[in-house]
Amino acid sequence: METTTVGVDTKWWNGGKSPFNVEYGKLMMWYFLMSDSFTFGAFLIAYGTVRFSSNGWPNPNEVFKSYPGAGEATNAPLVFVSIMTFILIVSSVTMVLAVHAGHERNKKKVVTYLIWTILGGLAFLSCQAWEWNHLHHEGAWWGRNPFANSDGTGSSTNFTNFFFTITGFHGFHVLSGVVINIVMLIMTLLDTFEKKGHYLMIEKAGLYWHFVDLVWVFVFTCFYLL
Amino acid sequence: MSNEQIVHTGTSHGTIHGADDHGHGAHHHHETFITKYIFSQDHKMIAKQFLITGMTWAVLGGLMSVLFRIQLAYPDQNFPILETLLGHWAKGGHITAEAYYALVTIHGTVMVFFVLTAGLSGTFSNFLIPLQVGARDMASPFMNMLSYWFFFTSALIMLSSLFVETGPFSGGWTAYPPLSALGSASPGSKTGMDLWLISMALFVVSQLLGGLNYIATILNMRTKGMSMTRLPLTIWAFFFTAVLGVLSFPVLLSGFILLIFDRNFGTSFYLSDIFVNGIGALPNEGGSPILYQHLFWFLGHPEVYIIILPGMGMVSEILSTNSRKPIFGYMAMIGSLFAIAILSFLVWAHHMFVSGLNPFLGSFFVLLTLLIAVPSAIKVFNWLTTLWRGNIRFTPAMLYSIGFVSMFISGGLTGIWLGNSALDIHLHDTYFIIAHFHLVMGVAGIFGMYAGIYHWYPKMFGRYMNNTLAYIHFWVTFAGAYLIFWPMHYEGLAGMPRRYYDYTNWESFKMFAGLNVFISIVAIIVFAVQLLFLFNFFYSMYKGRKVASQNPWGSTTLEWTTPINPGHGNWVGEIPEVHRWAYDYGKDGKDFIAQTTPVGAGETVNH
Repeated sequence: METTTVGVDTKWWNGGKSPFNVEYGKLMMWYFLMSDSFTFGAFLIAYGTVRFSSNGWPNPNEVFKSYPGAGEATNAPLVFVSIMTFILIVSSVTMVLAVHAGHERNKKKVVTYLIWTILGGLAFLSCQAWEWNHLHHEGAWWGRNPFANSDGTGSSTNFTNFFFTITGFHGFHVLSGVVINIVMLIMTLLDTFEKKGHYLMIEKAGLYWHFVDLVWVFVFTCFYLL
Repeated sequence: MSNEQIVHTGTSHGTIHGADDHGHGAHHHHETFITKYIFSQDHKMIAKQFLITGMTWAVLGGLMSVLFRIQLAYPDQNFPILETLLGHWAKGGHITAEAYYALVTIHGTVMVFFVLTAGLSGTFSNFLIPLQVGARDMASPFMNMLSYWFFFTSALIMLSSLFVETGPFSGGWTAYPPLSALGSASPGSKTGMDLWLISMALFVVSQLLGGLNYIATILNMRTKGMSMTRLPLTIWAFFFTAVLGVLSFPVLLSGFILLIFDRNFGTSFYLSDIFVNGIGALPNEGGSPILYQHLFWFLGHPEVYIIILPGMGMVSEILSTNSRKPIFGYMAMIGSLFAIAILSFLVWAHHMFVSGLNPFLGSFFVLLTLLIAVPSAIKVFNWLTTLWRGNIRFTPAMLYSIGFVSMFISGGLTGIWLGNSALDIHLHDTYFIIAHFHLVMGVAGIFGMYAGIYHWYPKMFGRYMNNTLAYIHFWVTFAGAYLIFWPMHYEGLAGMPRRYYDYTNWESFKMFAGLNVFISIVAIIVFAVQLLFLFNFFYSMYKGRKVASQNPWGSTTLEWTTPINPGHGNWVGEIPEVHRWAYDYGKDGKDFIAQTTPVGAGETVNH
């Protein structure tokens, strides 16, 4: 039997179909992420510019050295933020599994992994809330910087200004991601995607979630490691 | 008559009704007034909403320029009517310095963003993309609607800032700190600036929603046979415009967020070592106002191409149609659009040559800036060669397109002067700059917009605009634009700085007193003629001559294969298939061949 339609039309760009074989929503999501990466890029470059034109900068190992329940004298640099980062990366893994389950149209697994992803996001946000609160108690806030430069000289407030603004902006993205994932969870439970016949929405939410995680890697590097 | 015949052969295969390949196909929904005219999701109605909102702002922005031109022409006279109109902003009939700065600032902001960005690409990207690529509507009609309403809200907030007690923002449209960052800097830096920032932030959201939609529609929704190299140049221009917007506006948003923190939460991103008269030294330290300038101009420079690219696209289309010739150098036109789009991200610091930028770094920006002359010249020569030996029809749209090319050349050449950092030391912040960017971007942009309105008016409203009024409108505007902005080059070369309230105290600028009166009188005349255009626009909507033929200009592109008054969904029945590029004019002895006409046996194919 001849399958005439198989005449594989490889001319992806000739109109009548998507050149990338994706529906418009996914294309928009990719362009949005590109746009959003420029937002974060601008923030981080601004941070870099100011930091490198400053005479000195606080040492992150001395600022971020506590964790919940630790005593005053604790010196555990970057331990807590490493846990935060690990939680966020694991939530990316569970998101991948949710997307994968969506491909298999396995509703039960989609629900399970979405719940894990949402929990991961909430855990990250809680950690961030604790860290902000802790720093606030030490006297740090927008416009207030209690930490001296690593060479002991007085520091400008821009260390805390940038820290709170950029991690806050990232946290806002995580929060939006959690909200999106909760909406996805509700839609899954209501069988919206089963009726549609596909779980593409989960994939788009996944793209966003991975992007937010990826951005954290840069934010983490710039504020905690460098 | 012959047009109709060709059009009918072109769409004959589209008459098979039935198979509706898209969710919201050609059949008309029952629509209420609200869903049809207000919260419409039809790209054609959204385009008209953008257009009319843009026109409203053009009138307001133009009126502001008339007001500050009155001050510049007659700095020592009183006009009691101004007090009647403006109240305490013109005490004793004399515009106050504070009001003058506010007028200049808001004139710039609304003309650049509301008129020439939202009003221009918002209108024509919305209107033409689905029609010319062969789509029922935008990829996401709902997001498209949101895009308009974000713009509308943004415009409303900007409008409200005109009425707050301390007045609208008055620190220049670029909103440089510290004027924009410190409420204590000036009355306009208080509530007016807060509203300005909120308005602009919403505007960025609107641009993002619109831009993502334009990109997705152009890439994903082209009809069968509409390959990228068969797209009309309008669509290529809108595509690059949208990409520029999606990539540059977020950087502006970042800059604004930092500014909001500086204003309200005690940070010092842009502030360092500030001393305010009457307050004393501020505690802010470590920030840099130049950082803001970088973030602003990283948007600001692509922004001028966001303004000019749609005009370039529409002008290419209109010049070709009305010369009855294919566009000269189609691929070169796409290539130069691409080159301009790339270069536009690499030249922002030429706005900052005298800001304390490292001169060594500046030399790179000089080089990259001057490189833009290459694609720009390619475009200009292609337009001129398209006109060359064409069978030219001088429709109003065609006149405006030729005017566009003229303005782009005149204003573009001075760009080569300004791109040199050494010359810029002298010319920076003078009237030379005002002359340059008004000609190359402001007037050229608005000419592109007028060309588009006159050309696609029959498609928008099913009627023609009045030609006599249109010709008066064109010639007065064209001559007026040169009479206003050409003399400003001389003022700028003589060192006359921009944004000043009153030049009478400087002996060296007294020689320009008469010239300033002349410029202001021309500006008032040109403004009056725009009201004539407005009259023509709205009168023709109801009383204009009705369009009788589906394809009044004898165009090849898809929008002219739709019914004269297309409904939501654009085509009755199936969307036509495309078989050729958009510029088969005067080919094989035929006046034009529509894109929907299949390629004949033995016919050579252009694309």
